[in-house]
Amino acid sequence: MADLYRENILDHYRNPRNYGTIENADISYEDSNPLCGDRVRIDMRIEDGKIAEIKFTGRGCAISQASASMLTEMVEGADLDEIRELSAQDILDELGVPISPARVKCALLGLKVLKSAAYGITDWPEH
Amino acid sequence: MSTHTTTPPGTFDARQVKQDFPILQQTVHGKPLTYLDSAASSQKPLVVIEALDAYYRASNANIHRGVYWLSEHATALYDEAREKVARFINAPDPRSCVFVRNATEALNLVAYSWGRANLEPGDTVVLTLLEHHSNIVPWQIVTAERGATIRYVDIDHDGRLRLDQLDHYLRTERVKLVGVTHVANALGTINPVAEIAARAHAAGALVLVDGAQSVPHMPVDVQALDVDFLAFSGHKMLGPMGIGVLWGRREILEAMPPFLGGGDMIREVTTCGSTWADLPAKFEAGTPSVGDAVGLGAAIDYLTALGMDAVRAHEREIVAYALERLAQVPGVTLYGPTGEDRAGVVSFTLDDIHPHDIASILDSEGVAIRAGHHCAQPLMDRLGVVATARASFYVYNSEEDVDRLADALQTVRRIFGPGA
Repeated sequence: MADLYRENILDHYRNPRNYGTIENADISYEDSNPLCGDRVRIDMRIEDGKIAEIKFTGRGCAISQASASMLTEMVEGADLDEIRELSAQDILDELGVPISPARVKCALLGLKVLKSAAYGITDWPEH
Repeated sequence: MSTHTTTPPGTFDARQVKQDFPILQQTVHGKPLTYLDSAASSQKPLVVIEALDAYYRASNANIHRGVYWLSEHATALYDEAREKVARFINAPDPRSCVFVRNATEALNLVAYSWGRANLEPGDTVVLTLLEHHSNIVPWQIVTAERGATIRYVDIDHDGRLRLDQLDHYLRTERVKLVGVTHVANALGTINPVAEIAARAHAAGALVLVDGAQSVPHMPVDVQALDVDFLAFSGHKMLGPMGIGVLWGRREILEAMPPFLGGGDMIREVTTCGSTWADLPAKFEAGTPSVGDAVGLGAAIDYLTALGMDAVRAHEREIVAYALERLAQVPGVTLYGPTGEDRAGVVSFTLDDIHPHDIASILDSEGVAIRAGHHCAQPLMDRLGVVATARASFYVYNSEEDVDRLADALQTVRRIFGPGA
């Protein structure tokens, strides 16, 4: 059977956590994998230097969407430094299944979007 | 090659053919390998692998330079491979068959050499929505440089070209060239190239055919089609990677400026300038891939022994079976025409499961297919899909492979659940 498609991944794919957009988000960022058309957008609201609310929308394969869903759960309440320190391996560990080289880009799209959003600014926005 | 004693004349048994391909004898993830991605690259029979091995063991040297025996021997093998290519596509003159790396390079050669010299501001190049990126992007670069325009012939609901649009462009614009794929890599549509060439020529336009998906799979005769250029790749027709062919009408190739400059393509070089060698050397700057050309020659021998009519008949049968079998899998949507003008390519989607997820699960069942946009993004946009899954067939695929594909798709549905 396909190890890649364990129940927790399919569960995140079918019932994505934190799915949606945030009106008046402090930070929004979107990116895609041009080769397969996977797309993820992340909206965040920041309070006291931490992620108070994070939501994502997207479309694409189960791996890209499930990993984005998991990522939003991982970083709720995190601060900017924690986001910057988050590594690809952290996401792959969270997915907990072997990801073939061809699918790594799918698995890391959410992280790429989150990091781009975090690195695109020098500090969280002030209120 | 295997002896095919039990099959009627003019046909072959794909299961016996498969025995000639060492790579197909292995298992992946503990399952027999079911290779259904020959439109991306074909596998190689033992005779081709042995031809490469023999070349490097006994015949390798740089060509057209040495006066010693080995160099002359390598040169003779290279010329012989070119003659095999010419016979295979019924080219009147082997010197009009230029060895390149692949079909992409052949198409770029035409765009950069012919296009830069012949396109004027206000001219039009007509392409189609069925083209591979390799027959779009070079023209986008060169037409932008020359102030020319590209028009794209649309498709109908079945994935067939709208020839009425071609006629419209030929009638209303100054069309210098029509670039068309013989077989659409993403849909399998076999385009009526002879008909398109007749209409284009009547309007004074040249015809460039991307034969990457047709030359490996059916008899292709450049004189019968009456086209001006034909591009194809060796690696899709049982040959090695790194060798491809541009055939062109001799007088057109002779009038074209060189594409790449360097050794072997010159007659004389002075500090004031250079003059060009005759065909085909003018377009073959630098040391060519002689061993790969020899390997391509061996692949052509193998295909010729099977018979290209038999190859086409086999693929017609297997694609008909695949279309029937996949249509029985709930949730499958099939793309492309059904009929005589359908090559051995089946593009499909399954419910709203992303094709990459389909391909990953099929891989775990040992079934290798392609998933993505197939280097045909304009076509995907036109079909309203981001990507499709694609199974493509060749001489070594049998109905058993189709059955494995259909069974593996049931596994995909089980994992994602009905209506996923």
